[in-house]
Amino acid sequence: MLTNVDSAAFAVFLALFTLVTGMGFVASRWRKPETLAHLDEWGLGGRKFGTWITWFLVGGDFYTAYTVIAVPALVYAVGAYGFFALPYTIIVYPFVFAVMPVLWKVAKERGYVTAGDVVRGAYGSRGLELAVAVTGVLATMPYIALQLIGMEVAIKALGLSGEVPLILAFLVLALYTYSSGLRAPALIAFVKDIMIYIVVIAAIAIVPSKLGGYGAIFTAADAAFAAKGAGGILLSPAQIVPYASLALGSALAAFMYPHTLTGIFASSGGNTIRKNAMLLPAYTLLLGLLALLGYMGHAAGLKLASNNDVVPELFKTLFPSWFAGFAFAAIAIGALVPAAVMSIGAANLFTRNFWKVWVDPKVTPAGEAKVAKITSMLVKVGALLAILLMPTQFALDLQLLGGLWILQTLPALVFGLYLNWFSSRALLAGWAVGLAGGSWLAWSDGLKPLHGIDFGAGKVAIYTGLLALALNIVVAVVVNVVLKGLPQARVPREAA
Amino acid sequence: MIRLLLLLPFIGLMIVPFYNIREPLLFGFPFFYWYQLAWVPLTSLLTYIVYRSMRRAD
Repeated sequence: MLTNVDSAAFAVFLALFTLVTGMGFVASRWRKPETLAHLDEWGLGGRKFGTWITWFLVGGDFYTAYTVIAVPALVYAVGAYGFFALPYTIIVYPFVFAVMPVLWKVAKERGYVTAGDVVRGAYGSRGLELAVAVTGVLATMPYIALQLIGMEVAIKALGLSGEVPLILAFLVLALYTYSSGLRAPALIAFVKDIMIYIVVIAAIAIVPSKLGGYGAIFTAADAAFAAKGAGGILLSPAQIVPYASLALGSALAAFMYPHTLTGIFASSGGNTIRKNAMLLPAYTLLLGLLALLGYMGHAAGLKLASNNDVVPELFKTLFPSWFAGFAFAAIAIGALVPAAVMSIGAANLFTRNFWKVWVDPKVTPAGEAKVAKITSMLVKVGALLAILLMPTQFALDLQLLGGLWILQTLPALVFGLYLNWFSSRALLAGWAVGLAGGSWLAWSDGLKPLHGIDFGAGKVAIYTGLLALALNIVVAVVVNVVLKGLPQARVPREAA
Repeated sequence: MIRLLLLLPFIGLMIVPFYNIREPLLFGFPFFYWYQLAWVPLTSLLTYIVYRSMRRAD
């Protein structure tokens, strides 16, 4: 298990990991509530996180460890196309600014904890509530598994082999999430985010000077893609619509996930969210620069067994071993924060919108917290087993479908904040058709995120999730018109 | 009306053919890269302007 381990790197890694584990357990006493045996406390940290805590928490939970590995890997493999993560994580914030404070207000006033609660409150429909809750849990599970993949890459880069380190790290995570709830990832996010900032800033400041500057890096990448005959540092004409539609669709889906919504609901108010919509783009800048590590991999002439190794290999090749250990610790700890928040978000959904509704309607607040704690544990064990027992590609495929699925909850969750027109049956029909139709399209395209459509001037590939959302909305509107008539046909009650 | 500023990032980033070009370079970065990176602070600034106007309206 300890072959090929660099002792300096390993010591730094272990020290940081131990620090974070301690923080995870101490977190239950941080901003101590009267009791943790309430979902508002365990699952939302008391809804009192101010601007800075929210910034660290949402930043730590939205820009995941897998992002740090996968975005540079994609850029390394295909070039400019992998950059869609940049426009995606820019346009998401005007959306957050406009929509999320409204959602927060509704949740705070009525004591909602999950998207399922919001939907039930708006439409009074158990069916739609269940649909939103099940979609949220299903979309989150593979996302947690992805964090494990990120952690696995970091542990492997350290020279540790076998599955024991991963299992240990995850057990520790499961235990402190159980005892501290959302306070644990919120506190750890401070360490995680600062470490990631240090790593990325060091990389973008130091690596170019070793490789002859940014101009040389782009030239080297360009040459590598030309030699390979695929990819490039600019988009091919056929990639333009996929690029834009993936960015737009991902941005609309991003804050429908239970983990990002948990971060929103846990904040202390609408202005906290608005300020975060201004401040969170700092992470996007980081992500954009991080993506360039993919090109630096070409400039450094790395020979990789897997694209996912580009970031770890770059650090091993160009930095002293203790700093490589620091970088790998940053990535591994970077996986803990989102994995914890995701499991809490999924557990909140299960507890509030399934257990309380279908199993035990009389459950007390303390009982809710208990169910959620156990569920968060089971969700993480499930993700761990999925990674250990099934091929990695399975998690990646499911994650892709998960993005498509979660996007189908947008009409149910968001439309009701602004319109009083849609009925729950229409939204449920739209959700079902969008989910089934989108999954079928993705499946028939060989689990690729793009679907080709012929508009008369040749085929154009579009992000399937966005197509499914369009279908979803059309079906919801048509069903609603059939059920209720056109909106303008409604007569004010006094006149009727 | 000032809220419409929030639409500018969508427009600026969805017109992909406009910025899918190499020249002009900036610090060695092709236009495709620095144009998109420039939208990060720009979006924060636009959001700040909208935020300020809302507080006055309150």
